[in-house]
Amino acid sequence: MVKVSPAKASPVTVSPARKALRGSTAVVGVGLSRFGDLGGRSHMEIMGEAVYHALADAGLGIHDVDGIFASNFVDQLTPLVVAEYFGIKPDFMDGSNLGGSVFVNSLLSASLALSHGLCNVALICYGSNSRSGGFTVPAHGRTIESVYQPRYPIQAYALAAARHMYQYGTTAEQLAEVAVAARQWAMLNPAAEYREPLTVAEVLAARRVVDPFGVRDCCLVSDGGGAMIMVRAERAGDFPNQPVYMLGVSSRTTHNVISEMPDLTVTAAAQSAPEAFAMAGVTPADIDVVELYDAFTINTVLFLEDMGFCRKGEGGAFVSGGNIAPGGSLPVNTNGGGLSCVHPGMYGMFLMIEAVQQLRGECGARQIAGAELAACNGNGGYLSSQVTAVFGTAATL
Amino acid sequence: MSSNSPDFSGPGPVQMYQDALTRGQFLIQQCKDCGNHIFYPRVMCNHCGSAVFRWVEPTGKGEVYSTSVVRRKAEKGGDYNVALITLEEGPRMMGRVLGMAPDKVRIGMVVSAHVGEIDGEPAVVFYAVEQGNREW
Repeated sequence: MVKVSPAKASPVTVSPARKALRGSTAVVGVGLSRFGDLGGRSHMEIMGEAVYHALADAGLGIHDVDGIFASNFVDQLTPLVVAEYFGIKPDFMDGSNLGGSVFVNSLLSASLALSHGLCNVALICYGSNSRSGGFTVPAHGRTIESVYQPRYPIQAYALAAARHMYQYGTTAEQLAEVAVAARQWAMLNPAAEYREPLTVAEVLAARRVVDPFGVRDCCLVSDGGGAMIMVRAERAGDFPNQPVYMLGVSSRTTHNVISEMPDLTVTAAAQSAPEAFAMAGVTPADIDVVELYDAFTINTVLFLEDMGFCRKGEGGAFVSGGNIAPGGSLPVNTNGGGLSCVHPGMYGMFLMIEAVQQLRGECGARQIAGAELAACNGNGGYLSSQVTAVFGTAATL
Repeated sequence: MSSNSPDFSGPGPVQMYQDALTRGQFLIQQCKDCGNHIFYPRVMCNHCGSAVFRWVEPTGKGEVYSTSVVRRKAEKGGDYNVALITLEEGPRMMGRVLGMAPDKVRIGMVVSAHVGEIDGEPAVVFYAVEQGNREW
């Protein structure tokens, strides 16, 4: 069996203001678009499909929404585009962009706006037609690094993987185990895009893209959208579905470009996760289900270590032997993740929706029985932004 | 903070860096207040916030911190190396190790910087330094 060492608990002080937000808001609606190739549809149309389902899920109409939290890699003025598209005039708008982690960050800004009464119904939403319309990454123009022709985004993650392999002896086989575990979860999810069986040998034999990564170490490029509706906790019981409460959230950064990352083997999740767990009043051992931003196989290894599910350097062993796959000791990326379910360029939205659905007990064959606490870690840029969130059922308040 | 006044006039640090490269020189900034080296070029020191710096020529000595091979079709030029190099002065930069197959570049390898060209553009490139034949 896999050797699992308990991570060292580091004492974290959470500010009273942050602590006061624990349990102050809840998710009362989630919605997903279809995934895959939705050719002929714009990113807004795909987002609209998800928003429609989220509103129906919450039993609300679009004119009940008075807070918009929206980002993508296409529009510069996203909240304005979204408000206009739906014909609403919100009281609060946030169009921050941190890359794919930003929707988990929106959990924090939406909770702040809701708890201060600046809005009453917050809509966090995203849509993308990256598959059919062409993959868009944030424009950073030419920099002094452009001459080296780094192939982004994979370049940054490949460099991190190479360093982790050098420093800790992590192997290509162990990274392949991450992709295989994600596929096994996807095979239990009818909505996932890749559902054919996958072996470690197939991952290792896949076409090389940027060494040490082959194509099966890399996420999908999908069309897809997601949306989430949040309200203050005091109203959370007034909606058709079991509310899922925000218990903890923390957002940290270490760098923007990969050459500036202080240590390629340690992400800002080493700061955001302890703070989010401390805010929630839980430890990694309490978590029933974990959703991690697995744009590349190394991500899962790094985040499991940085969040304290195993010790630094032991992530490769931790993910091996089916330990994070169905039937393993820790359920990770239960929808199939960005590696096998969906990845339209900004995956953070999908982490939270899967966490909410798991805590509601709606996940069918992939449901974690009795799940009460879920942790998500969103990643943005080039391992640059890390945002950790903890969600819980009413029993965890 | 320094008693010197910062000079924000004229071309910015990135343009000055590029202009030096075009002249065949590899120059980086050194903060006049805290003494740390600054890279990539900035108007304010990312260590202490000072805006007073000098341009210095680094020794060129560095170590490969991480390395990768970008796979590219032979007809488009073939595979190439993209590495991160930690300079002796402290900063880390993206670079390309030349003079060997891209997949032979190893983390920990000692390299030296040269101003060369990539696809006709001036660039700092690196060559492995053989033991006993160090250039510095």
